[in-house]
Amino acid sequence: MSATVTTPRECVAPPRRSPFAAARDAWAITGRNLIVYRRIPTLLVFTLVQPIVFVLLFRYVFGGAIKVPGGIPYVDYLMPGIFVQTVAFGATNTAIGLATDVKSGLLERFHSLPMARSAVLTGRTFADLTRNVLVVALMAAVGVLVGFRVQTNALGFLAGILVVLMFAYAFSWIFATVGLWIGDPESAQAATFPVLAPLVFASSVFVPVSSMPSWLQGFATYQPVSVTANAVRALMLGGPTLSWVLQSVAWCAGIVLICAPLAVRLYRRAS
Amino acid sequence: MAVAAIRVEGLTKRFGDVAALDGIDFEVPAGSVFGLLGPNGAGKTTAVRVLATILRPDGGRAEVMGYDVVRQATAVRFQIGLAGQSAAVDANLTGAENLRLIGSLAQMRRSEIAPRAKELLARFDLTHAADRPVRTYSGGMRRRLDVAAALVARPPVLFLDEPTTGLDIQSRTELWAVIRELVAEGATVLLTTQYLEEADRLADRIAVVDHGRIVANDTSTALKAQLAGTVIEIGMETEERAGRAHELLVRAVADHPQHDGVMVRLTSNEGPSALIETLRLLDANSLTPATLTVREPSLDDAFLALTGRRAEGGDGETGGDPSDDGEAGEAAAEPPVESRSARRAA
Repeated sequence: MSATVTTPRECVAPPRRSPFAAARDAWAITGRNLIVYRRIPTLLVFTLVQPIVFVLLFRYVFGGAIKVPGGIPYVDYLMPGIFVQTVAFGATNTAIGLATDVKSGLLERFHSLPMARSAVLTGRTFADLTRNVLVVALMAAVGVLVGFRVQTNALGFLAGILVVLMFAYAFSWIFATVGLWIGDPESAQAATFPVLAPLVFASSVFVPVSSMPSWLQGFATYQPVSVTANAVRALMLGGPTLSWVLQSVAWCAGIVLICAPLAVRLYRRAS
Repeated sequence: MAVAAIRVEGLTKRFGDVAALDGIDFEVPAGSVFGLLGPNGAGKTTAVRVLATILRPDGGRAEVMGYDVVRQATAVRFQIGLAGQSAAVDANLTGAENLRLIGSLAQMRRSEIAPRAKELLARFDLTHAADRPVRTYSGGMRRRLDVAAALVARPPVLFLDEPTTGLDIQSRTELWAVIRELVAEGATVLLTTQYLEEADRLADRIAVVDHGRIVANDTSTALKAQLAGTVIEIGMETEERAGRAHELLVRAVADHPQHDGVMVRLTSNEGPSALIETLRLLDANSLTPATLTVREPSLDDAFLALTGRRAEGGDGETGGDPSDDGEAGEAAAEPPVESRSARRAA
């Protein structure tokens, strides 16, 4: 088209995008996703109800009947597992959030804007990571209240929290994929449970794997929730650490490498 | 010299077995309003989604301000604003937050975003609700915010996808005024609508879409002339009497009266005289109608005229308004389209 366009509104020359544009878009979407917790604070409260119930249930109801190796108090065994379990279940929010955006038509508007294609997904997962920082901090406080004591040191505790958050971020990508794939918030919520239940319950989160039948032990020992719970436990309570941490990092990297491209593909098609 | 702001050639898009777009062509000169008119499922929204780079077409080409919607999608996105059923606002954000978010994602300069949001909120009469979450907005407010969101970055081309569906008469009239202002400022607007009157009022050119094809593409004046005429619907007590009435009218009054069950329907460019003639003829033959309706043509009639069959699908009443006020209600504003239905005792 010639440059002598005589129309009242000229074509907008697409500006060269700054290298920071993608980060700026992701930041904008992250903020947008976090505003909901300020608008509806009860959302955050309900996120905490379920893990607190689990803490009370296992600390005071089942805990007495569960023998853990090494003679450590059950509450110390439990809490690192609870951190991992909390963020695993919390990843459901990623699926619900994206499915809601698909259904409302908001993703269509985003598709029509000259924004970074990655921003919707990074913005969603960063927002969920931020929420997890808050949730894990609160759960740590709950742990202290019910008698959980770190047996290594502050550095071990912080490293453990970092592993929990790394795991939380990787898990968000699984559920970003699920949410975009399903595209309906209610169905997405329903779809997350069959994925989460075996990972969380057939794991070392609540009971030692050695107490399970041998056919289950293989899965229960090496699946990502277990190795992450073991890594966090080792960092906070002592014992061989490096192997569990490396296994957890490997799982998280693998999950992101597979799910992120999948989620991006689904996002491009979602409308 | 009219430059095409939007150019569409042989565009196709299939969803499974359904051809949502079955080869459409049209051009929209810059600075004009183009209306895509058709019932639900005609392919209007699919066309908008392809032009807005949301959907990839299966075949054909489409350009916006000279940029190809597939190969130069990012450049296209700098030219367009999208509102209506293809887009949404975030219910948890306030009105101001929604507009600022769009401004930021549209790559506006940071210092320009907040003033622009404020300006648009004022223009759309939303200043009082600027800091309230959108979930507390009424339908009309939400729709105004949605249109405002499309304007944030001052794009030269606007896609308004059924912007007034479901709005009450007042909100609709207000939105029409805004759209006219935008055009006066030089925007190019592609408007989709189910309402003949809306297209008539706003669009310089109207394409009638049906089953993914354009069945007519003309100025609203020419299209109206083609469709013009008063519709007279006569209901008889029995099919046999309707048949006799039909025969009489075929010979005496109209070219193509239609006969369907107990109903006889005719369209005439000389409504009043045709009505007098019709009634005189029926009365002379002792065929007193059981019901009688006289009205201006609806979208349904337009479809009948253009496609030779009734528009399918839609929300029950084809061509009717899914909102509560209905076509007759909105029509009360402009040309006196009166929907008189006289019921007589035989």
